[in-house]
Amino acid sequence: MYHHYDAIIVGSGGAGLYAALEASQRAKTAVLSKLYPIRSHTGAAQGGISAALGNVEEDKPEWHAFDTIKGGDYLVDQQAAKILAEEAIQAVYDLENRGLPFNRTPAGRIDQRRFGGHTRNFGEGPVRRACYAADRTGHMILQTLYQQCIKNKVAFFDEFQVVDLILDGTTCKGLVAVELATGELHIFAAKAVLFATGGFGRIFKITSNAYANTGDGPAVCARRGIPLEDMEFYQFHPTGIMGLGILISEAVRGEGGILRNRDGERFMARYTPTLLDLAPRDIVARSIMTEVRAGKGIRGDRKIDDYVYLDATGLGKATLMSKLPDITSFCKTYLGIDPADSPIPVLPTAHYAMGGIPTDVHGRVVLDDKGTLVNGLYAAGECACVSVHGANRLGTNSLLDLVVFGRRAGRHIGDYVKQADPPQVPTSAADPARAWIGRLTDGQTGPHGGHIMEEMQTGMMEKVGIYRNAKEMQAAIDQVQALRRRYQSVRVQDRSKPFNTDLLELIELRNLLDLALITAVSALNRQESRGAHSREDFPGRDDTQWLKHTLAYLEGDKVRLDYKAVDTSIWPPKPRTY
Amino acid sequence: MKIILKIQRYNPESDPAPYFQEYSVEANPNERLLDALMQVKRFQDGSLAFRKSCAHGVCGSDAMRINGKDGLACKTLVKDVVKQDGDTVTVEPLRYLPVQRDLIVDQKDFFEKYRAVQPFLINDEPVAEKERPQSQEERMAFDDATNCILCASCYSACPVMAENPAFIGPAAIAQAFRFLADTRDRGFESRLPVLDHPDGVWPCQNHFKCTQACPRSILVTKRINQTKKMIEKHRAEGKA
Repeated sequence: MYHHYDAIIVGSGGAGLYAALEASQRAKTAVLSKLYPIRSHTGAAQGGISAALGNVEEDKPEWHAFDTIKGGDYLVDQQAAKILAEEAIQAVYDLENRGLPFNRTPAGRIDQRRFGGHTRNFGEGPVRRACYAADRTGHMILQTLYQQCIKNKVAFFDEFQVVDLILDGTTCKGLVAVELATGELHIFAAKAVLFATGGFGRIFKITSNAYANTGDGPAVCARRGIPLEDMEFYQFHPTGIMGLGILISEAVRGEGGILRNRDGERFMARYTPTLLDLAPRDIVARSIMTEVRAGKGIRGDRKIDDYVYLDATGLGKATLMSKLPDITSFCKTYLGIDPADSPIPVLPTAHYAMGGIPTDVHGRVVLDDKGTLVNGLYAAGECACVSVHGANRLGTNSLLDLVVFGRRAGRHIGDYVKQADPPQVPTSAADPARAWIGRLTDGQTGPHGGHIMEEMQTGMMEKVGIYRNAKEMQAAIDQVQALRRRYQSVRVQDRSKPFNTDLLELIELRNLLDLALITAVSALNRQESRGAHSREDFPGRDDTQWLKHTLAYLEGDKVRLDYKAVDTSIWPPKPRTY
Repeated sequence: MKIILKIQRYNPESDPAPYFQEYSVEANPNERLLDALMQVKRFQDGSLAFRKSCAHGVCGSDAMRINGKDGLACKTLVKDVVKQDGDTVTVEPLRYLPVQRDLIVDQKDFFEKYRAVQPFLINDEPVAEKERPQSQEERMAFDDATNCILCASCYSACPVMAENPAFIGPAAIAQAFRFLADTRDRGFESRLPVLDHPDGVWPCQNHFKCTQACPRSILVTKRINQTKKMIEKHRAEGKA
């Protein structure tokens, strides 16, 4: 099938829906999503969305911007962070006006709470900046935006998997997608395409990410010659449920929860005496692993899967029920414990990609270090890299990123399509995708994807995790390359057309393998420690050599690396202490 | 422990009717049922089709009937549904929605009924300040209804659906209640034609199956009854 649109939005999480709401007001727009829209992983975000409203104590957008930059270990593009912090305020009010049920202060205003790395007056102490709806803030944002899409009659193609991007030189002409219900390939000719496909935490074994988080947008872009930026910066959230990786919100610590080692010690006091348990995530995750390696984990066996306790017993049942009800429910369901009575066994879990498709502050995709744009191609949300998160994202800034930059991209698309020519796309544009799917479904027998997936996830977790070194990262690269070769002979076991989820998973597997390779190669080459990228063989931050963004180009079996400058126009980099 | 998954299969391309297929899986009692299904899909039979995403009960993709009860495969632990080694778990697709493939059902009707209640804030009044103030007490009045993830477990659990397929269903009413009870909303009258209708709120007979099935602990039946009361009150006021 062949479709014509002004704009196609790929992904129906927070960024995609917000962009669709804006773009659809002025352009013929459709949202393409591999899940039903309200199933997106934005809905799993828990703790809050930051904005310097100052509803409960003094706060300023400059403080928020500074915290974001320092939290990102100065790899943040500073003007972009300024936009994020300034536009946060109106973004939160817009969501409230559209019905989002925030928790309220006694005066009936949007309530705010503490979150890691968010401080008053440039680091003096924690500030209450996170606006929240219990511990379901992402769910409420997703619901509110989907409700608005229904109200505004936005068009959806549900359960369509993107498989290729159609480019003509540096101009985007549309994309190719496979329809899950029928197995048919569809060409969507469009003046503008926005990728808002979310994260790719499924490259790792233990992750808070959904099965659907397979980085489809970045992988499709990478195979069409678009670089991926700062892929070595992958956030491990300090507190995932031991073994399962299910997220336990930082809001637990924001409300007073304390991390403890096997001696019952509040060990964060040794690492970050000012912010204690509310230090940024990279620091807390490393501190937990340092405790585990020192035999201070709860088992004390120094193994990578030993854990620590998150102690929320001091919060009381009332606070847990009104402010952290889902967390309480997860603990009861998956651990059989009540966090009011027992500490929660936690371990860092692969959580968020700071890197992704490079964009400017309007969501336009940037092709190189000179700022060359791909006309009509946009990205927003976790799959994009603006970069407002730098080397380490602060909690609550991801929901904010979706809303602020999803909206900006949608608006820009509305302008862009007015002056762009309708694209002419030959039906042969689907040939590469047809050949790929044809090979996977040609009836020959080959290995199934399950083992390849598992080996990739285990390898990346062990070798490109929280602490990294050259030897292990090289081993990971070799392993992923071998798995990519094995992928060349995989075949589906499901030979039918309708709802072939087997085919879908093999498409996703290729995306993950490509992103795992790019992540590991980018990480190996960066010979310093910064934010979430922490090297045992290069323990210090090196601003002389490495204050620059990585641009990684996938060229067949190789990854070529280039670099581009960081915008440090507001605050010069300083040592990062808390 | 070893468990047997007895799963309803159906492929519209090749099967005249649904049938059951059994798989033997090694599963930890504390694992999710979804983990066991993934074992089958990844390592035994790639053709088994079901939806899944978040794997911890917040996205609503993997609602299905498990031993005759509607719920999420990722919020059901193996130990919740089997007692001992060798026990069988029966897994079927949700009811009252057409089966498209194995455990995948067509959610079109379910979402159309949801959309029919205008599930969005209706209020054209200008916002006096930056935000529309609301007390925490007012906000809590509709709190649990905001938890709905549209998984359709309640829809499949509802006995009324068997007799009256046109019934709008529990989820749509709970979603309507979420706005009717929100002090910021002004959409009562515009939702009334759908709710105060023979296929609207009135077919509900208080079986409480929706409340029991809801994986998000929403007191669905109570919200339906509150909605009925709002409509009755509105009618009484209209006559007065």
